[in-house]
Order: sequence, then structure tokens, then C-alpha cells
Amino acid sequence: MTGLKIIVLAKQVPDTRNVGKDAMKADGTVNRAALPAIFNPEDLNALEQALRIKDSYPGSTVTILTMGPGRAAEIIREGMYRGADNGYLLTDRAFAGSDTLATSYAISCAIRKLDFDVLIAGRQAIDGDTAQVGPQVAEKLGLPQVTYAEDVLKYEKKRITIKRRLERGIEIVSTPVPCVITVNATAPDCRPRNAKAIMKFKHAKTITELQGADEDYMKMHDDRPYLRIEEMSVVDVQADTKWLGLSGSPTKVKTIESVVFQAKESKRLTSSKSDINALMNELLANHTLGN
Amino acid sequence: MANFYTDNKDLKFHLDHPLMKKIVALKENNYVDKDKYDYAPVDFEDTMDSYDKVMEIIGDISGEIIAPNAEAVDAEGPKVVNSRVVYAKGTQENHDAMANAGLIGISLPRKYGGLNFTITPYVMSCELVSRADAGFGNIWGLQDCAETLHEFANEEIKDEFLPRFNKGATAAMDLTEPDAGSDLQAVMLKAHYDEKKGKWLLNGVKRFITNGDAEVSLVLARSEEDTTDGRGLSLFVYDKDDKTMTVRRIENKLGIKGSPTCELVFKDAEAKLVGDRRLGLIKYVMSLMNSARLGIGAQSVGISEAAYREALQYAKEREQFGKPIIQFPAVYEMLTDMEVKLKASRTLLYETCRFVDMYKAYNIVAEGRKLDKEERAEYKHYVRLADVFTPLLKAITSEYCNEVSYDSLQIHGGSGYMKDYPIERIFRDARITNIYEGTTQLQIVAAIRGVSTGSYLKQIRVYEAQELKPEYDYLRRFLIDMTAEYETTVSNVLDINGKEVDNDYLDFHARRLVEMAGNVIIGYLLLNDTMRDSDNEKFAELFIRKGRTQNKEKAMYIENFELKNLGVFKK
Repeated sequence: MTGLKIIVLAKQVPDTRNVGKDAMKADGTVNRAALPAIFNPEDLNALEQALRIKDSYPGSTVTILTMGPGRAAEIIREGMYRGADNGYLLTDRAFAGSDTLATSYAISCAIRKLDFDVLIAGRQAIDGDTAQVGPQVAEKLGLPQVTYAEDVLKYEKKRITIKRRLERGIEIVSTPVPCVITVNATAPDCRPRNAKAIMKFKHAKTITELQGADEDYMKMHDDRPYLRIEEMSVVDVQADTKWLGLSGSPTKVKTIESVVFQAKESKRLTSSKSDINALMNELLANHTLGN
Repeated sequence: MANFYTDNKDLKFHLDHPLMKKIVALKENNYVDKDKYDYAPVDFEDTMDSYDKVMEIIGDISGEIIAPNAEAVDAEGPKVVNSRVVYAKGTQENHDAMANAGLIGISLPRKYGGLNFTITPYVMSCELVSRADAGFGNIWGLQDCAETLHEFANEEIKDEFLPRFNKGATAAMDLTEPDAGSDLQAVMLKAHYDEKKGKWLLNGVKRFITNGDAEVSLVLARSEEDTTDGRGLSLFVYDKDDKTMTVRRIENKLGIKGSPTCELVFKDAEAKLVGDRRLGLIKYVMSLMNSARLGIGAQSVGISEAAYREALQYAKEREQFGKPIIQFPAVYEMLTDMEVKLKASRTLLYETCRFVDMYKAYNIVAEGRKLDKEERAEYKHYVRLADVFTPLLKAITSEYCNEVSYDSLQIHGGSGYMKDYPIERIFRDARITNIYEGTTQLQIVAAIRGVSTGSYLKQIRVYEAQELKPEYDYLRRFLIDMTAEYETTVSNVLDINGKEVDNDYLDFHARRLVEMAGNVIIGYLLLNDTMRDSDNEKFAELFIRKGRTQNKEKAMYIENFELKNLGVFKK
């Protein structure tokens, strides 16, 4: 059996899990400079599923596709360190300000240019928390989609079998390829970076990153074509700019409220049984505890 | 998001030592591998960048996987099922993470699937892993055995065994027996050559074997009939796949519980001879033990780091008498003393690593061509330095690691005595470091040669001549005084009889003399560290001040000690 061509959709996001005081700017937008840029966590779960397919079906390849500014090339390298074979960076000023609809349009245009059997993405990104891009891409490409995936079980006779983690149980489904899968955080963690892969791919660069490199470095890149991270622009993917950026994004932010958590009132309890019972009843009544 | 490499700037500081340029140039041999292997470096900067990035992976796995597993591994421990060792669940996870990250065989040549790293980053990996879980540090550190095979085994054995390491094979060195512990010359396990099978067969029992059920075991055995000493012993490699060696039991230990300590039974177990007969103990095991001692030095530094951090955090959080206990002089003095010992251990560790690296790199060069006269001289110089620094390192860092863990537990008070805090485990783990791979007392037996032959003094003179910032001259003057005092004390001991050295007398004072030399050496190393980072000044000053007082005490004790006083101590 020949292997599968897998594309993993990944996003570079600000690390919102460890927010400090300066995580938000005064105007209520995210202060990206204060937060480290990381590989979106559920996209790492997605990458692990892709790598497991690659391990089980020799000849498979894993390609990372990301959309973002030039520095997002870093997560393509991150993916390569963990076992991905190559990557594409979809980058253009025209993409700036895109909401999920415009983003999924741009990504679907890029994917039409690529050859693939399976598209795997994380369920959602930790900056926007929308969980819309994966499903929208599937719709735009007219492909079957499996969301909330936890484990890709097998691939046989052009069909892929997947375990889904749902609110009240699991579901095993099967779908023909090509298809789109979005993966939950409950799926296995991504494997660590591999020492040899890191040494092999640490010089992987986009053409933009190579600007100003010396002759020796360029020669190394000519000798080692696998070090090239391909850039794709609006023109490359033949996207219509009216569906991109702000003009292609119906989502408009109306207002942003900066929520500051603070204790407004305090209550003093004694250690008596009645005080504790009263507190427990209150917590149960306002659903702080239980369902 | 714990990363034990990036959260500790000392590590990169030691990794980036100027001598690395020479070491890497020798080891990478003009970067000949760059066209053969896609992961080989193209130049010095590229090599150092790879070291840095790989240390970051190990720091990540140590902080995110190994350390969180340590408590459960300590509680669960390994077990024996059907005469085979089964690791604790966390131990297996740790090992799998390291293997999947392609890290095992870190210093093996690329043609065997290794990363061809020098010893310094390898030893750093041992420090990182041991900070997370000292017991797992042993399983990780036993990849040293691959080095021994690489250095001494024939091509056929190398081709058979070495590529297995990077795929995840574990190793063990089967040396000790019930009646052969510190004295390995007494090894009895028998090896005989079966003419019919054309193979060596092993019969006998090994005891206290760390990770005894490993995939690849190096076994010290008596191959020469009618011999009783070390010259009748040879080294063999045994493959677990043969299944003729069984695990009789594993020990129930005070600490490093995740690391299985096995009693092994060999019954006609087929094995292959490593190198030449009769050189097993006197050459190969001596080399293996030196690497292992360096590894225990790293383990000790890792444990000290963990113990210090636990104490610091606890002292900041614990409030008594209305304030955090870190604000009390009795507590902050202990913490600073611990930190100084930690920095002292680490600078000695990486200095020793570089000496080992230098001569090992020359060994590799010598495989391809003859060394010229100058290179041979330099090679020998570093062999000698490594020989006297290794026991000094093992003795000092393992004792410090015990002291630091002891003080850390003390800072925790009653809570430290309970299983509620990691220090209880760290304290138990620390206790083995000054026992195994040769007790401190045996390290002193090896290190005293550095005193009596003048090797330490010679190296001290080299440090003395090194360039220093003028503002630290006052510290150098202290060290020069300490050196003079050391010289006088050494000659007092050596000349006590007038002409011949009294060996009992020398042995009696040996530890004092070695520690005096150690204090001067570490004082210089810390002082040199200020050249590249002035933050180290504080540690140099504190260490030298204390070392000076300790040396005066030892010098005075020896000065007032006569030969006849020995009798009072004899039992």
C-alpha cells in the first residue's frame, strides 16, 4: 500500500496559557509582544495523529501548512523537528485582519494547489477559540469532515476510521479520503522534538528569511533542497482579495471589555458545622460545585 | 512548561567555554561528516548551536516528563516478573521519550546512529536528567557502555551492538559480585571457551548490578583458569536476546528506587569477548569506571541543583514568626552555602569534562592518522589531568551533594522529614552518590596520586598564570597563600620519616590533602569564571574565603600531628 499524503493545518498563537499582567493592551487587544509565540496546542495533537499515520503506513508524508506573518515559519520548523517532512507558509499583507471565514477561504485556495489525502487540524486555536476554520475549510473544499477526533484507528481500502470523543461517550466513524479531521486536546500529546531532526532542519528557511544570508549559507541551501520552506502569496494561491483581510471578514468586533477579576466582598465564616453547611449549600445553589 | 536547561543559565555558560572550539574541531575532524549525514554540523558555530538545541530538548523532557514522573517511580519501583525486570511505568515513559527523541548514543559516531557529541554536552545531559530523577539518571548514564564498546571492541561487535543504542537499547556494566565489591580483582564469574560451539560461555552470579536486565551488558569475568588477580579477568558483551541470563532478585534500597539493582545468574550464557583477554579489568573496566565516575559527578550536581531549588522555594514560601523563613540569617546562610557548593561542583565538573574531551578527541584523531609529537604530548597531558581530576570530582561533588541535600531537608524542618515534599526523596537519592562507583574513601586513594606526584600543583600553577581582571587580584593573593600552605603541608606529610614516604601516614592524611588541593583548584576555577561572567564574583569570593579557613584548619591539624599519633586511632 502506498502511503498517505497528509497536510497538517497549524497556527502560531500567543501563549495565552501563561498570561501575566501585561497580556492585554489598554485598548483591550492582545499584547502579542508580551506573550511568547507558540505552536497552537491542539495543532500539536493533530500533528501527532499525522505522524502516527506516517509511522503506520510507510511512504506517507506530513506537510505543515500555516498562515501568518514571516515569523510563523518557526512553527513549520517546530513541526519538522517532530517529524514533519516539509511545510508551506501562506503569507501576504492581503491576509492581514482576516476572520475565520476569510482565513478558511485563503487556506482552501492554498490547499487546492497541493496534493493530499488527509487534512488534519487542531480543533481550535487558543487565541480565538472559534473552532471554525477546520470545518469551514472542509465545506469550501466539499470534503467530508470528522471533528472531535481523538485517534485515527486505521486506513484501509481508501477509507479512514476515526475515534471521536463526544460529550457523553465515544463514537467510531469511517470516511473515504480525501477528508478533513479536527483533533481534540484529549488525543495523545505530540512526541518531543527529535535530536537528529532538529539538527537536520534547524537551517530550514523561507526565501524571505534567507535574504542577506552569505554565499556559503546559500550554497548549503542549494545543496539541500529539503531546507526550503515554501512561501505562498495571494497570487500563488490565486485567491480573490475581496474575500480576504478586512473586506472578506464579516466578523466585526463591536466592543472589547477588559475583565479584571477582583474580590468585591468577603465573608467571614467560623469553623462551626452550620457555617460550613451554609457555605456548601450556597456553592451548590450557584453551581460553583456540582453541575 | 519547565525546561531544566533554559531555566539555568549556568549550563550554557559552561557549555560555551572557549576550549570547546579546540575540542569540537578535533572531534568533528574538519566536519567530514557534513556531506554524508544531513544532521552533521557544517562548522563550529553550527555544532555549538546543535548542542544548545539538543540540550533544550533534554531540558524539556527532564522538566516535563521525567521530573513529574519521579514521585510515582519512587513509590512504585521496578519489579521482577518471570526472572525479568519490569520498570516502573514512569521509568519506561522516561526512557521511551529519550529514545523517541533520538537521544541515546549521544556521543557515538554518526555511522552507528549516534549524534557524535563531545563528552561535555553528554555529561550535561546526565546533570539535567539527574536533577529530574537521580534514579533515572543511572539508566540514562549507562549508555557509557556504548563508549567502551566503541573504544575497545572489534568491528564485528561494534557493528552488531552500537547501532542498537540510538534505537533505544539500554546498557549495564556487570562488575560486582557478592565477594567482589570495591575489590574487583576478586571477581569469580567464570568464562570458558567452548571449542565445540566456538563461543565463550559465562557461569556465575553478579550482584548489585544497576539496570542488570539491560539489552546490552558488559560482563567482567575470569577467563584465565588458575588465576586469582585482576590479570585473569576479561570483558565480555552479553546480548539480552539470548535469554540465558536471569534476574534472581532486585534489591530494596534507600533511594534511587527507580533504578533496578539486580542479582543476576549466568548459566552457560553465550557472550563475546571485548578486546583482548586479560585486559578486562586493568584496561577496559578502568576506562569504563572513569566515565562512570564522571557520570556520578554529573548526577551529584543534578541532585544538588534539585535540592537547592527545593530549599529556596520552601524558604521563600514558609512563614514563621510573621515572615518568610528566608529572611532569617540562619536560613539564608545555609542557602547561600548550598548555592556556593553547587557552583563549585559544577565548575569542577565541566573542567574535568573538557580534560576528558581533549584526550578522547585525540583518540579519535589517532584512529585516522598518527598524532604528531606536539599532539601526542598534549594527549598525554590531558590523560594525566583527567586521571587526577576524575576522582577529585567524584569525591567532592558527591560529598557536596549529600551536604546540600541534608541542609535542604533541614530548611524544610519537620515537613522535610515527611513524604509530602520532594526533598525527602532527593535526600535518600543523594546518599548513594558517595558510595557507588567507588566510595569517597577509594576516590581519595586514587586522588592522592595527584598530590604526591605534584600533578595538582602543576595545574594550580597553570591557573595561577591565567589572566584575571585586576579587581579580583585580592582573591588571587588568597589563593597564592593557600597554595604555599598546601605545598608546605604536603611536604610535611611526605617527609615525616626523613627519607621514605610513610604510606600509612600519607593515607591517614590523604583526604585532608586532597581537599586542600580541591579548595585551591575550585577557587581558581570560580575565579576564572568571573572572566566570562562577573556574576560569578560572589561565588568565587565566598568559596575562597571559606576554603581558606578550611585549609588553615587542615594544615594546622597536620602540623600538630606526629607519626606516633597514628597509634591512637588504630583499632
